[in-house]
Amino acid sequence: MAMNPRRKQRLTWALGLIGGVAVAMSIILYALSQNIDLFYTPSEVIDGKGRDMTKPEVGQRLRIGGMVVEGSVRRNPETLEVEFRVTDTGPEVKILYTGILPDLFREGQGIVAQGVMVEPTVMEATEVLAKHDEEYMPPELAEQMKGIKHVNPNQPDAFKDKQS
Amino acid sequence: MWRWLHPYAKPEVVYRLLGRWLPWVSIGAAAVLATGLVWGLAFAPADYQQGDSYRIIFVHVPTAMFSMSLYIAMAVAAFVGRVWQLKMADWALAAIAPIGIVFTFISLFTGAVWGKPMWGTWWEWDARLTSQLILFFLYIGVLALYHAFSDNRTGAKAAGILAMVGVINIPIIRYSVDWWNSLHQGATLTVFERPPMANSMLIPLLTCMLGFALLAGALVMQRMRNEILRQELRRPWVKMELQQGEQA
Repeated sequence: MAMNPRRKQRLTWALGLIGGVAVAMSIILYALSQNIDLFYTPSEVIDGKGRDMTKPEVGQRLRIGGMVVEGSVRRNPETLEVEFRVTDTGPEVKILYTGILPDLFREGQGIVAQGVMVEPTVMEATEVLAKHDEEYMPPELAEQMKGIKHVNPNQPDAFKDKQS
Repeated sequence: MWRWLHPYAKPEVVYRLLGRWLPWVSIGAAAVLATGLVWGLAFAPADYQQGDSYRIIFVHVPTAMFSMSLYIAMAVAAFVGRVWQLKMADWALAAIAPIGIVFTFISLFTGAVWGKPMWGTWWEWDARLTSQLILFFLYIGVLALYHAFSDNRTGAKAAGILAMVGVINIPIIRYSVDWWNSLHQGATLTVFERPPMANSMLIPLLTCMLGFALLAGALVMQRMRNEILRQELRRPWVKMELQQGEQA
């Protein structure tokens, strides 16, 4: 099918526009990719993030996202104070928090905490958010497959055997 | 192919064709959507960790997914309208944009309502949430530009350019949860892998997706008919059509 020249010109123009914007956008997103990440992982806090391996400084405000380490949750039975450690591939960061935890919070769960670094590996969080994964299944199946039984984290006996 | 397609470039033919399909698509949408929603909201089992709160997925995922599909359809219409200068492609752009706005809004709203009990926050400036918000503004921009000029063709041209440029946001939304770490979880439904979701939940979800797809189709078809009438108001065939409507 022969295309008339004006139509061909418009086609080139439209494809050029989309292609140009796509290239510009990828360059911008690539340059900003570190800033688009919502949180630091515990390894990034300890080993540094990005090509120049910048580590967060004490006093810096940031978010840390990772898995709550099994058996690390310690809670003060008198107050809302709670501390736990988070990890991703090895290094652990300790999080101190005072407040109500989201319903999905439990050991082994992914969380995102926002707060201030008080020591190189300790953060005092002002907010703790729970992540959930993309798996969905009925409770019976989950218990059978994964041995998970979910309990509300704010129940007084939720971490009974581990209270300090 | 062009000879076969040619009669469909006439507004009155498209108008009548859409009119013939519309009742069937609407009935299908109502039936499938009702089945899917009742099934999902009342009969599907609760989730092992999210309990009943996860049920918002039956509205959230279909509207979020089709907010993107509608945008792609709109961008294709804009592209055809620019390159082949088809009036009707420009009108399709105006027909799709408002439906896209509503779908995007519903996905953002249900996402916030879901996020509060599960994550612990209504909103977080996370890559997925932010790019979906940008999609919402893009849609509004396209619709506003379309109606911003007294000359309709200038408006369609401006809106079409924005729609084409904005299509770059679609892969960003889709892959935001893979490219960057985010609060939003990864995709449950992917093309090549079996979804990590129990069948008792997956089947009502897929039913809801089909229902929302048909709903989007029916709404776009109705809006397309309206746009054709609005643009062709002074043509004799519209007068005849309207007179027939009055007699019937």
